[in-house]
Amino acid sequence: MEALTAHLSQLGHGLVTTVELTVVTTLGAMLLGIVVATLRIAPVPLLRAIGTAYVEVFQNLPLLALLVLFVFALPTIGITFPLFTSAAIVIAVYEGAYLAEAIRAGINTVGVGQAEAARAIGLTFGQSLRHVILPQGLRAVIQPIGNICIALLMNTSLAAAVGVVELTQAANTVNLVEAQPIAVFTGAGLAYMLLALIIGQVTGLLERRLAIVR
Amino acid sequence: MVSVRGLNKWFGPLHVLKDIDLTVAAGEVVVVVGPSGSGKSTLCRCLNRLETAGQGSIEIDGEPLPAEGRALARLRADVGMVFQSFNLFGHKTVLDNITLGPTRVRRIPRPEARQQAMALLERVGIADKADHHPAQLSGGQQQRAAIARALAMQPKVLLFDEPTSALDPEMVNEVLDVMVSLAAEGMTMIVVTHEMGFARRAADRVVFMDDGRIVESGAPDDFFAAPRTERARDFLSKILQH
Repeated sequence: MEALTAHLSQLGHGLVTTVELTVVTTLGAMLLGIVVATLRIAPVPLLRAIGTAYVEVFQNLPLLALLVLFVFALPTIGITFPLFTSAAIVIAVYEGAYLAEAIRAGINTVGVGQAEAARAIGLTFGQSLRHVILPQGLRAVIQPIGNICIALLMNTSLAAAVGVVELTQAANTVNLVEAQPIAVFTGAGLAYMLLALIIGQVTGLLERRLAIVR
Repeated sequence: MVSVRGLNKWFGPLHVLKDIDLTVAAGEVVVVVGPSGSGKSTLCRCLNRLETAGQGSIEIDGEPLPAEGRALARLRADVGMVFQSFNLFGHKTVLDNITLGPTRVRRIPRPEARQQAMALLERVGIADKADHHPAQLSGGQQQRAAIARALAMQPKVLLFDEPTSALDPEMVNEVLDVMVSLAAEGMTMIVVTHEMGFARRAADRVVFMDDGRIVESGAPDDFFAAPRTERARDFLSKILQH
């Protein structure tokens, strides 16, 4: 226990970084997910192909490999970002592929008739998506989206591998000093668990509040 | 108002519309009848390009149907459509279903759009359901809301694709009454239906389709009393004997 209390500020900083990384990445991944899901149902074949390629590439590569490539390969062609930014971009791009597939599943639950009715009153493709298809499609997959967000939270720990001092990295550092892995990582694990529980609660709340009257 | 010339349509190898010629004048009410699979719904859906024509031309109010994009969206705003399965937007209240088009497509300010929507709901007799969601309404009420949604765009033509086929028998009349009153007010309407009573009461012309062709077309009294073709006689004897 002392191993934890003695390093509270260090661990606290790590926790804050984890939360920041999770929030920023979730927002980015949601945006990408919506865009890519939209590409995958677009009426233009080329756009659909781009959407499919995105999902196939980023869903089928390990996140750790992507992180390492981004952080160590891009500087060789002269592109460098701060470590936190790099990690946020890579995780958002990676989780965006998963979210895109969940969102596409949601879009598929919205009946063809809804899209036809939207077009029949003169809405453009974009307006139909924004006002009719996505509001219903997203509601249908709030729970799977929540699950992906929890997975995203866990995946932020991989940012440690490229030098971002988030919670796992902080715990690791503390452990190097204290040599009490059980106490230190149990503490860190409980913190992750708490964050995941919060995401789960928010998901449940959203699902109830936004339920479509059937 | 609507002019169709030499319209042909294929679904894969299936030739569903064959050399359709149809002209509908402003204010005219045309009822399209025929056995299922005769192509009448497809014809209806071609008129606002929910189905693309394979061949031939369609003009609405003198303008050829645009192929896609914003021009097509603008045209659809002028061509109302009422579906068999209502297709009200499930996540929106009845009122919001009706104001969506006017506010987003016509750019009418929200308060004004709401006022017009309430007047339309009053007209179709469900003003008290304005704040309900579609699932809380009966089928007949949903279809009347869908008609109000189409009317809110102040369309030049209204297309009805079997508007009463999904309704319980006791709700059919409440929808037909609304349609009859629209017809009486001079709305240009193309109605695909099996309701022969409506055709008799409200149609200026009945078009009979079979196997993708317009087989016969005439005033309702003539058509029902003395169909000219064997196919139409056969069809009418089957649906009117009960």
